[in-house]
Amino acid sequence: MTSASLSRLTGVAMTLFGLILVTFLIGRAMPIDPVMAIVGDRAPPDVVARIRLELGLDRSLVEQFWIYLQHLLQGDLGKSVMTGQPVTRDILQFFPATLELATSAMLIAVVIGVPLGVLAAARQGSLFDNIVRVISLIGQSLPVFVLALICLLVFYVKLDFAPGTGQQDVIFQGMVPTITGMVVVDAALDGQWDAFWDALAHLAMPALLLAYFSLSVIARMTRTFMLDALSGEYIITARAKGLSGPRVLWRHAFGNIAGRLMTVLALTYAGLLEGAVLTETVFSWPGLGLYLTRSLLNADMNAVLGATLVIGAIYVGLNLLADSLQRRLDPRVD
Amino acid sequence: MLTRRSLLFSAAAIAAAPYFLSESAQAATPKNILVMAAAIDDVVGGFDPAEAYEPASYDVCGNLYRTLVTVDPADPTRMIGDLATSWDVSEDGLTLTFQLQDDLVFESGNPLTAEDAAFSLQRVVKLNLAPGHILTQFGWTADNVDGLIRTDGSRTLVLTLPEIQAPGIVLSCLSDLCGSVVDKVEVLKHETDGDLGNNWLKTHSAGSGAYRLVEWLASDRIVLETNPNAAVKPAIPRIVIRHVSDPATQLLLLQKGDVDIARDLGSDQLKSIAGNPDFTFIHQDTLTLMYVAMNMGLPELQKPQVRQAIKWAIDYQAIAKNITPDLWNVWQSFLPKGTPGAIDDNPFQKDVAKAKALLTEAGYPDGLSLTLDYPVRWPFSEIAQAVQADLAEIGIEVQLLAGERKQVITKMRARQHQLAMGRWGPDYIDANGNAVAFCANSDDSDTSAVRNPSWTNHFVDPELTEAVNAAARELSAEKRLETYAMVQRASLERSPYAFLVQQANVAVLRKGVSGLSLGVLDNYTRYSGIQKV
Amino acid sequence: MSTYPVTADSPAPLRSWLLTDSPDSRRQAAWGGAYRRWLQFRRNRLAMTGFVTVVLLILAALAAPLLATHAPGAQDLARRLEPPSTAHWLGTDELGRDLYSRLLYGGRVTLGMVVSVVLLVAPIGLAVGTVAGYAGGLADRILMRITDVFLAFPRLVLALAFVAALRPGVTSAVIAIALTAWPPFALLARAETLAIRKTDYIAAARLTGASPARIVLRHIAPLCLSSLIVRVALDMSGIIMTAAGLGFLGMGAQSPMPEWGTMIATTRGYILDQWWVPTIPGIAILVASLAFNLLGDGLRDVLDPKQE
Repeated sequence: MTSASLSRLTGVAMTLFGLILVTFLIGRAMPIDPVMAIVGDRAPPDVVARIRLELGLDRSLVEQFWIYLQHLLQGDLGKSVMTGQPVTRDILQFFPATLELATSAMLIAVVIGVPLGVLAAARQGSLFDNIVRVISLIGQSLPVFVLALICLLVFYVKLDFAPGTGQQDVIFQGMVPTITGMVVVDAALDGQWDAFWDALAHLAMPALLLAYFSLSVIARMTRTFMLDALSGEYIITARAKGLSGPRVLWRHAFGNIAGRLMTVLALTYAGLLEGAVLTETVFSWPGLGLYLTRSLLNADMNAVLGATLVIGAIYVGLNLLADSLQRRLDPRVD
Repeated sequence: MLTRRSLLFSAAAIAAAPYFLSESAQAATPKNILVMAAAIDDVVGGFDPAEAYEPASYDVCGNLYRTLVTVDPADPTRMIGDLATSWDVSEDGLTLTFQLQDDLVFESGNPLTAEDAAFSLQRVVKLNLAPGHILTQFGWTADNVDGLIRTDGSRTLVLTLPEIQAPGIVLSCLSDLCGSVVDKVEVLKHETDGDLGNNWLKTHSAGSGAYRLVEWLASDRIVLETNPNAAVKPAIPRIVIRHVSDPATQLLLLQKGDVDIARDLGSDQLKSIAGNPDFTFIHQDTLTLMYVAMNMGLPELQKPQVRQAIKWAIDYQAIAKNITPDLWNVWQSFLPKGTPGAIDDNPFQKDVAKAKALLTEAGYPDGLSLTLDYPVRWPFSEIAQAVQADLAEIGIEVQLLAGERKQVITKMRARQHQLAMGRWGPDYIDANGNAVAFCANSDDSDTSAVRNPSWTNHFVDPELTEAVNAAARELSAEKRLETYAMVQRASLERSPYAFLVQQANVAVLRKGVSGLSLGVLDNYTRYSGIQKV
Repeated sequence: MSTYPVTADSPAPLRSWLLTDSPDSRRQAAWGGAYRRWLQFRRNRLAMTGFVTVVLLILAALAAPLLATHAPGAQDLARRLEPPSTAHWLGTDELGRDLYSRLLYGGRVTLGMVVSVVLLVAPIGLAVGTVAGYAGGLADRILMRITDVFLAFPRLVLALAFVAALRPGVTSAVIAIALTAWPPFALLARAETLAIRKTDYIAAARLTGASPARIVLRHIAPLCLSSLIVRVALDMSGIIMTAAGLGFLGMGAQSPMPEWGTMIATTRGYILDQWWVPTIPGIAILVASLAFNLLGDGLRDVLDPKQE
């Protein structure tokens, strides 16, 4: 291991430590009594005192943090008050749904967004370019929950075209064995095609919506990179050699920006986790975002800490990935 | 070659494909599954009857477990036997003896005996979690409960009270969810670290109710299936409760046939489908009240005239009629309609002149300003804003402070509020619960063992405290009712609570679905009669 | 050198003073540069649309008391959820309040939040970034590590957690958004500083004996401004969206305050039967956010084409 990558690793470790510390402090500052979540609001003072003791809330903040850290290093995120289960188990249960949603949104966004960006750059200033620009600007300007509500109204209520909220129809619930936790994948692996199409139909609208928002970013960035690449000398040379338009566009210019694009994609994917919080709320999607907001409102500190930490860690991981991709693929960055 | 057009087209086709291919999934729910939409995100800690304490968990648990006695669905003020066939109260009121039915069986197949009943009650006292105080109020403690709750043979249960209690209180507490009888053998099989099976029971059931718990995914769904050993088998083998927090979405799912029953529709949704023959409405008054608490720790609110001025300033009728029609009705006494002994005087109405005069008398001719904490959810936000507008008319400027429900309660319990909106449902149907909560405060100090709304609002009234405590020890039912009538009228005059409205539960069933029985308290709600054509 | 065609019918002396190829003073050169950028900006039709919309929005928010037909808090419980009419141009909300008036006053809340966040964030970001960039070494590493920690949180998630720890409301929302919004500013300012630090210009300042504080404050910070302005303009819509998202989750501004996101949250239940009630504030958010995006885009093209 080189010293550069070693120092980057310590950097990541310190970032994670800061993440834990900040989340921990937020959790302890909450104006909801965590004891109340366990024994209700009518428990006599002696019961409240007993639970405080059990939760270790009588210790100093530093001690509490130290204890939390020790458990964390053993992979123990504590127990959720809300579900009564270990937080690690909860996260394993809720995370696949978010992963399923975010990944499919990402796939859609890439399949549509990248070509839009490339073609817009190829016809800079054309009507097509302007349309793409407006589409992507609207995507960045419209809150996801507004669009989600309108889409539900139009496609589910009025047109009866899409299924309602949730991950699956009730008839299929509990029929698909949990393999990866992602219902669509599990149904396919198990060969239950009815359940598969049902889950896919439920996934489609939230995924498309979420995809629209990342698509805007991806299309814009692709266009910017492509414009940059197309003005490069070797492209002009290639054109001068008489190579065909699409060939220059896709093989030469696009091939040149692929590296930088990958880093953008990694960062966009991280942003999707955030969009998922709102989308999951509107679509009752049983993912980590829903879990997190619920825990927040119930002062379920261990759950909040755990979920934020996982999302934060993924964020850090993706950032690191983007960083190293950029280093590897783009020699200009030092 | 990949052209722009073909690319866009194929992307659109991929995206739309599932919609065309999934038409079969659009049909209504199957006959053998009942789907209910409800807000179940308040379920905290699962479904152990010794721990469950939120409305949604009460609703479900009442169908998993049975209790010794329960309320008569036809007349909720009357107690009838459930697992017990009969019971006796000794003359001194200190001993209650229950005879259990024969041939009772748990879902595991184990026989249900008096031993299980004793264990279940002792367990609630020993674990002493959220509902623990309902039983420990009788003086049962972890140390003495083994001696005070005993069996006499496999069919007889003997409860001894350390101090005298009106039997009505004891029986209604035993009919509460925490009086549920759990399967001792099965539960102890899953005990870890001396938790009396608490951890396992959070996500499993071990009762004798009509249903058993199959799956719970927090804030998503609860799945129940018929208890194979239930005394009477319900018609619907599988019930799925889907978490839908938004009432409008609940209505939508109901109209689409994606759910069979919607449990939490708001007034606006009910209005939009009123009179529609496609739906059946089941209406049940609950014992839940909404009130504005006034913290008497504040000098302004210590003046009785200011408190009365607030009570006379609010337009109760307008709130009930415009904001919460069909769901929350005007009710101004601390004993909700449906409680034995409740009075229906409802004396207050909006009277700006009178309220202003009271304020002047109190020494605030130019008005004053106060803060009002309220939970952000329908209809609390809307009502808080209406109260703000009403109080502004008499010169009280109210600053609204929104918070999550638990945040508001935390603040109230720390006695840091000025005005606060609260929601209160009694733990059990007897009048004693609310009377003690809203009138009795024998120690207002910060270290007090009292932690009820009276303490929270610094309401110290020795006369009412004494009357309420005496009523709890009174064996004559008539005398108790007299006392409660007196206490309620005194409370209207002096107390720091403006009770506004009382909640009704309305469940809406799709055509062809029938038989849901809603209870006055959530744990009396029964799914077992539900049918689907 | 001016590449702009000076049309014959514009003989204004001011214009020729501004566009001269040989300015007499530094000030004339600076004004001339600004004017050229303005001309370039003006040719961008989309950017101009954004600019004009933003100006109109600000004017409407400032003049809300004059333009409103009703008091924003005036309830009329008997006239709830009415469709648009001559009495209520955009209809009424769930408590019978006039939606048009609330929308105008809501602009004050939303824009006020945006401005407060920017006023909090830009100086912090600038300070952290320039200090880290100029000082280098340990100070740089510590500051950047802190920045990384805050960058590691998804913005909405961190803001949500913060608001939950404080108490739902405008102030908490502003603080929470500010806490999550400053890192990109710091990174940007640092990058600019690193580039500027090595220039002769700063070396000269150092030689004259200027203190590091003075160099950062007087020489480096002003040079970071133009890219910072672009960043601010581009971030505005992000701030509006986060504020609206918080409002939607019940954690932002609270009723009866007419914040647009909160207005959607409290009325989302009516989308089926009275669709315009939640949709109208939604459109307001879209318009404001889009306008800021267009403006930011245009500014970037003019001021700082390198930024993404």
